[in-house]
Amino acid sequence: MRALDLPRVAARALARHPARSGLLLLAMSIGVAAVVILTSLGDAARRYVTGEFASLGTHLIIVTPGRTETAGRGPSMFAGETPRDLTLGDAAALRRSTLLQEIAPVIMGEAIAAWGGLEREVPVLGTTAELIDVRGWKMAQGRFLPPGDPERDPGVCIIGAEVRKELFGPRRALGEWLEIGDRRCRVTGILADEGRSIGLDVEKLVVLPVAAAQALFDTHSLFQILINAKSHEVMPPASDEIRKILRERHQGEEDVTVVTQDALLATFDRILRALTWTVGGIAAISLLVAGILIMNVMLVSVSQRTAEIGLLKALGAPRGEILRLFLVEATGLSLAGAAAGLVLAVLAEIAIVRIYPVLPMAMPLWAVAAALGTALVVGLVFGVLPARRAADLDPVAALSHH
Amino acid sequence: MIALRGIERRFVVGDQVVHALRGVDLDVAAGEYVSLMGPSGSGKSTLLHLLGLLDRPSAGTYSLEGNDVTGLDDAALARVRRERIGFVFQFFHLVPYLTATENVELPLVLSGLAPSERRERVAAALASLGLADRSEHRPDQLSGGQRQRVAIARAMIASPALLLADEPTGNLDRSSGNEVIRLLEDLHEKRGLTLVLVTHDPEMGRRARRQIRMVDGLIHDETMAVAG
Repeated sequence: MRALDLPRVAARALARHPARSGLLLLAMSIGVAAVVILTSLGDAARRYVTGEFASLGTHLIIVTPGRTETAGRGPSMFAGETPRDLTLGDAAALRRSTLLQEIAPVIMGEAIAAWGGLEREVPVLGTTAELIDVRGWKMAQGRFLPPGDPERDPGVCIIGAEVRKELFGPRRALGEWLEIGDRRCRVTGILADEGRSIGLDVEKLVVLPVAAAQALFDTHSLFQILINAKSHEVMPPASDEIRKILRERHQGEEDVTVVTQDALLATFDRILRALTWTVGGIAAISLLVAGILIMNVMLVSVSQRTAEIGLLKALGAPRGEILRLFLVEATGLSLAGAAAGLVLAVLAEIAIVRIYPVLPMAMPLWAVAAALGTALVVGLVFGVLPARRAADLDPVAALSHH
Repeated sequence: MIALRGIERRFVVGDQVVHALRGVDLDVAAGEYVSLMGPSGSGKSTLLHLLGLLDRPSAGTYSLEGNDVTGLDDAALARVRRERIGFVFQFFHLVPYLTATENVELPLVLSGLAPSERRERVAAALASLGLADRSEHRPDQLSGGQRQRVAIARAMIASPALLLADEPTGNLDRSSGNEVIRLLEDLHEKRGLTLVLVTHDPEMGRRARRQIRMVDGLIHDETMAVAG
């Protein structure tokens, strides 16, 4: 038989039972669409998260109190089990290193912000002037915290766009005195609306000088120190130097965790990749189910077409030809199903992007290739048994089958 | 053309061995017209299947057109069937979802002929059997006689040397049966085709020049009709 006649003959046989073939096609296409959509979603989530991290800047080093073995665990997880505090003195000591560009100590907490009878609970971040460069924030009005001795409180504060809107409304906020807990500060800057930046909603934030935050929360211990290295290349030696300086200050004990952004990114990337594979794998089970359906229907088809197979043998079709014919039917079905599934997936992704425009949806090529490849393999694997059964039929017995 | 020597065919049914053929010797010359008759179970259908290479003998040798085909493998047997042998069956065995044209085309598709050439030959074959206006009909849209004529066109499309007909009129009324048998005889006469016809209708069997009666897996007797 000619190579082109095989699919043609197979298609004629499949077209004989449009409902049956159509349902198989549907089963296969749902399986393929599920795999492609779920892996694209997982992949989009991964790229969204790592993209957010990358927006923090690529030279970032985070120092948190407490020691953890795995780099990359969220720093806040072990804030409570600190053996020794991280202090402003530690932050100042890091200035000895020539590898570090900016060093910003950070204290986090919540407090009530009040102005003109309106009040609102806000996240408060205590830090120094250098944080704006570390995090790459922009100012909408005024200026960020003034540089100077971090131990002194210049009595100013910076507020996020939403805080400004909710407390001040249409009135001018710059220069006003804001009450934060039991303290007062003068608003000297308003942060530009930068959207979200990992775990921190800049719009809702109030930024105080670190000394003011220490007094407000009555603590000397820092939540973390955010550091910009001079360049991407010096990050490993810079991390080592940070550890060394802090070890000296902490009586030779290494009780801080130094995480580079690269490590964080890599960890998130790994986790989300694993997640993508997992959901893809779960979806692939439906491909397996579709394969078993195909096998079942092909077996029924072989027994219904016994006489036809006997005839083909009598007309001079060798065993291999019958085998190929049925394999082409099975793989043709699964490939057509896969193609329909891809169309389904594309439509679904267009819909998802409409609903969640922030997700960087893109169908990963490997997922498309894997779905098509799996469909082909499923068709072949689950087609072999029925095809062999057909090919092994005894022509005399098959011809007398009605 | 055909030379059978000591052909036996045994089947195992349950724990019993059934001897369908018990040592058949038969020679058929090219261009002969032979009818195989006998009661059911006499082995005439088994013999026809062996002649058509659909079955293998348990013992004995079969030589077709001078070549020993007893030991050929599946692919070689299929090739001989494709190129040298045509079958006509009692139940027509047309593929139900294919048109008359496509059914007749099947043997040519299997032998890998180019589509353009296939269409031409099939159209000519259908026309010569008076089926030109039925070429795009499916089997369920054809009468019994028309179906068997399509099946004959299919059997003849690859120009075989040997045509094997298994009760070709068994499923037809008398007039279409006669029409079909005349068609087969016509092919035998005009193309020098070797025709082997299995039937249990004595009247049908007597039309052949050489009549073979089988009983209990053996050739019981042979009659040569007087030419004329």
